[in-house]
Amino acid sequence: MNLQQDLAPTTGDEVIENYTINFGPQHPAAHGVLRLVMELDGEIVERLDPHIGLLHRGTEKLIEYKTYLQALPYFDRLDYASPLAMEHSYVLAIEKLLNLDVPLRAQYLRVLFAEMTRISNHLLNIAHHALDVGAMTPGLWLYEAREDCMGFFERASGARMHTAWFRPGGVHQDVPLKLLTDIGEWLDDRLPRLFEDAMKLVVDNRIFKQRNVDIAIVSREDSIKWGFSGPMIRAAGIPWDIRKSQPYDVYAKMDFDIPVGTRGDCYDRFMVRVEEVRQSIRIMKQCLSQMPEGPVCSDDRKVVPPKRAEMKQSMEALIHHFKLYTEGFKVPAGSVYVATESPKGEFGVYLVSDGTNKPYRCKIRPTAFSHLQAMDFMSRGHMLADTTAILGALDIVFGECDR
Amino acid sequence: MTHPAPHIEKPKGTVAAIKKLLGKDLLGVDEANGELALHVKRDALVSVLTRLRDECEYQQLMEIAGVDWPDRDPRFEVVYFLLSLTKNHRIRVHVTTNEDVAVPSVTGIWPVAGWLEREVFDMYGVLFSGNDDLRRILTDYGFTGHPQRKDFPLTGYVELRYSEEEKRVKYEPVQLAQDFRSFDFLSPWEGADYVLPGDEKVIKSNEPPRGTPPRVNDPKTTEKPSQTGAGAAANAEAKKRTVRKPKAVKE
Repeated sequence: MNLQQDLAPTTGDEVIENYTINFGPQHPAAHGVLRLVMELDGEIVERLDPHIGLLHRGTEKLIEYKTYLQALPYFDRLDYASPLAMEHSYVLAIEKLLNLDVPLRAQYLRVLFAEMTRISNHLLNIAHHALDVGAMTPGLWLYEAREDCMGFFERASGARMHTAWFRPGGVHQDVPLKLLTDIGEWLDDRLPRLFEDAMKLVVDNRIFKQRNVDIAIVSREDSIKWGFSGPMIRAAGIPWDIRKSQPYDVYAKMDFDIPVGTRGDCYDRFMVRVEEVRQSIRIMKQCLSQMPEGPVCSDDRKVVPPKRAEMKQSMEALIHHFKLYTEGFKVPAGSVYVATESPKGEFGVYLVSDGTNKPYRCKIRPTAFSHLQAMDFMSRGHMLADTTAILGALDIVFGECDR
Repeated sequence: MTHPAPHIEKPKGTVAAIKKLLGKDLLGVDEANGELALHVKRDALVSVLTRLRDECEYQQLMEIAGVDWPDRDPRFEVVYFLLSLTKNHRIRVHVTTNEDVAVPSVTGIWPVAGWLEREVFDMYGVLFSGNDDLRRILTDYGFTGHPQRKDFPLTGYVELRYSEEEKRVKYEPVQLAQDFRSFDFLSPWEGADYVLPGDEKVIKSNEPPRGTPPRVNDPKTTEKPSQTGAGAAANAEAKKRTVRKPKAVKE
């Protein structure tokens, strides 16, 4: 056994060179399976190369082998923090290709639950962003409100996360009146109480501000060049929101404000999301008060399958039910790009149809792709500990990034 | 317009302005489904997108998508999605290419194109000249093939498992417990242009080709014995005017 101690590598006048470290893929602050190869000079990040694709499941390829309806649940599994927002782009793309009318109640229900998805997504992100920079308590409090959202999803669709509730032509099932009244009470009392309590802990907290203010400032020009969208582009000071500028479903009837940041740093991104939760509450209240009675799905029997009860009575309904759940419906040839404002930004679906019952090509435009790509230039010159704050403020979910 | 998809209004005179701006570089304009798609020359792509950004206010590049059309020549289509924040409008720019011909990279115009081009390269094998970081992005380190091509099988070629004996993760050829099944749901009467298995013998040369609808306009009559379609033997039998006596019924 050699007991002689090796000379320390830095004795004398040697120059320390930059060194490279791996952050992830198993790291609690990596928000999933992200591998960051970082080149550090001391504690300063010199270069950062995100390696993604560890959660690549070939969703786009699988969709090409499924009928339009069978492909829908794949969208829940993209951004599993905001599943209904993912379905929204896809069903709207199909409806655009089919030029299919959707009953008003279904549009209100979609907007109501899309906004609830936004709240639940932002609660998760706010909680984790705070947790990444050292604040534990708000996370626990916000999870309580998020759990309520999950309960509402379950009462509407039967599933807490992977709901598959938005369908081409409307929504799958109507909601009971009690669910709507419960959502109304929750919006009036419980959610604002829990949310504002938790926010009191962080928004003016000295440590939280030290960790976030002036970290990763992105100018307006850079945010445009790097393809930012959603809260990321709004935090840079550009009031761009697809719900306002290119309204879909009944967003045109909704009255809400778009929060924008002034400095474009991590704190602004956080605060934009905080304000969006409040605006989403406003939208949901308007949905509840304006929502009409009526059907929740289109009555086009060549696209929307009949209900089981009807199927027991009518031969035609039986045939349509069978045909639509085996062969599916055919979509006229053509291509559309439909983008909606998902909680994380612009989530787009480029759907190419060749006239058969399966999509010829379904390109999914993830929000995380362009945001994560910009992390290299956002992190340069910052400390190693700041990367978790930057990553938290990006709001990335790898199911969507890697597809 | 009845569908509830995002409402995008085309600013007046957009098509005329783009036609004037691009001139010969523009190969075609497609306005189906209320969306504006431009087909442009591949070699002029960088100058076209620069002009669209600087003079037509399409500031943002949101996405680059590849599409594989194996029957076409060239087989790949690369689609650029541009967004104008000021005019509140979207356009698509299409170029075509094949496995060997590189598309000029637009990383010089939009840095966001770097990863988007890497993804198209990874999934389709389309090359981008000028992108200095054209590594694979979504597939595994050391992956071979381009999975989004239509001739790449859905199941892939290799599968991954942890080998307890070798104490490492290893690749093996895919073994399917059940053959891969793919149903196209095309009706043999309207659409499918192939012969169904087992139907090869039935098809005769004098029959109309598959897919042509039956001639419903000529009424089908059986006024003469030759029209019954029963054959010569039956026709001869029909000519015999035999009167059959009913058999006596036993009581």
